[in-house]
Amino acid sequence: MQPANPAVALRGIGKVFESGVVALDALDLTAGSREFVSVLGPSGCGKSTALRIMAGLTPPTAGNVIWAEGAAPTRRIGFVFQEPTLMPWASVAANVRLPLKLAGMSATDAAPAVGAALARVGLADMAGAYPRELSGGMKMRASIARALVTRPQVLLMDEPFAALDEITRFRLNNDLLSVWQAMAGTVVFVTHSVFESVFLSSRIVVMTPRPGRVYDEIAIEEPYPRDDAFRTSAAYAGYCRRVSGILHAAMAAERVP
Amino acid sequence: MTNPAAPGSAIARSRRESVLRVTLPVLTLAGGALIWELIVRLNAIPAYVLPAPSLVAATLVSDWTILWSSLLVTLATTFQGLALAFAGGVGLALLFNRSRLVEYSLYPYAVILQVTPVVAIAPLLLVYLPQHAAVLACAWIVAFFPVLANTTLGLNSVDRNLVDLFRLYGATRGQILFALKLPAALPYVLGGLRIAGGLALIGAVVAEIAAGSAGAGSGLAYRIAEAGYRLNIPRMFAALLLLSVTGIVIFVLLSALARVLLRRWHESELEPGG
Repeated sequence: MQPANPAVALRGIGKVFESGVVALDALDLTAGSREFVSVLGPSGCGKSTALRIMAGLTPPTAGNVIWAEGAAPTRRIGFVFQEPTLMPWASVAANVRLPLKLAGMSATDAAPAVGAALARVGLADMAGAYPRELSGGMKMRASIARALVTRPQVLLMDEPFAALDEITRFRLNNDLLSVWQAMAGTVVFVTHSVFESVFLSSRIVVMTPRPGRVYDEIAIEEPYPRDDAFRTSAAYAGYCRRVSGILHAAMAAERVP
Repeated sequence: MTNPAAPGSAIARSRRESVLRVTLPVLTLAGGALIWELIVRLNAIPAYVLPAPSLVAATLVSDWTILWSSLLVTLATTFQGLALAFAGGVGLALLFNRSRLVEYSLYPYAVILQVTPVVAIAPLLLVYLPQHAAVLACAWIVAFFPVLANTTLGLNSVDRNLVDLFRLYGATRGQILFALKLPAALPYVLGGLRIAGGLALIGAVVAEIAAGSAGAGSGLAYRIAEAGYRLNIPRMFAALLLLSVTGIVIFVLLSALARVLLRRWHESELEPGG
């Protein structure tokens, strides 16, 4: 089930930490252009490590990261961490501006892109606020706006909504889908939630426990845009059951003593 | 939420609280001074044993010219020492943060400098250095360590994810330093500076006393030593009072600086209930 037009691919990725722990072993993972791929797996299976390797934040001990059109671009990817990871001393606008500032752009030149990214996540009127004045959901929105400000072609997200309450998470899931459709790019979304991955993804990759490998993958062949009606549909429930089944099989399959 | 009138009464309560926090210490001071005055007067204690507060106040006025010029000398030493401690402490912390080898080589000696009593170092410094330099060195020695230790802690407390984020967007070392590490360390630096302010004054006073026993000097602590030799006890008290007020003013100024710089974002300086 390889995407026809890959945006980024991990080929035979292995990662052994200094402690000797084998986090990943011969991992192959491809994200297609304009695809929403979720990487689903139990805690500690190395899915976050795989995402960090994709972003170039952690070097792999084996294998390659292959980007469309050659070398790994810094400004064509956006990364969203599990925590909002905002600078507490800077306003929301200054936080969102950071990637452009680091690229040497002046505040004036960056203003239109910052405004557009904030509007995209519904934070236009919070530009001057400081992170501590925001709710958990709004902080995560600011973090997503920062990832969008460089107009990335690939958005990497590491369990971004894991710490949020369910109501906030549902709303952010809905909004993330419209963000993804507007950016017309690829999202690689790491999660341990079956329900979240089914709602969001065009394809789900299920990983085994450590050392992480791809156990199986499943396409969610439901049309976008998806909304709250999809959450209560029989198709959604059916996919959740199937994905849960695959996840259980993945966890049982690799229980090496 | 349970009581609609609660916010108003809470504000009134916190206002009453802040009034008490100012008036109570002032009343305590006034009461203490009154009792002191009464004890001196009722027992007719001579001024060379224990001067009454009223006499100390009178001495403060009558000796103002000499005390003021001495205070300026001590203040200059204290602030120069503090400035050097700030520069040295932050600079050394940045160096430690950059190179582990430098940290391993120098940190133990920074600790040794800190734990060796400055009273014992001061006479030696006075032997080897000109007097002003020796006094300044003492102020620096006691004041730089809190700045160094706090800044080091601050630089090591930078959010790892933010460092990753900066790297992801190709930040240079300079950008990481100025846009990330220094702002993140700022609350710690200011905390260290607040401690260092009081210590710089103590260092300056200790060195002046040591210099005073050698018969030279012009700072406020030297006036205390000199007045002591002459059994001018009221002037000793007046000079002591000025030193305490100086210490308080330095603390208040550095606290205000921290409040202005951190008010919008750091937990330590948030408005109550804000």
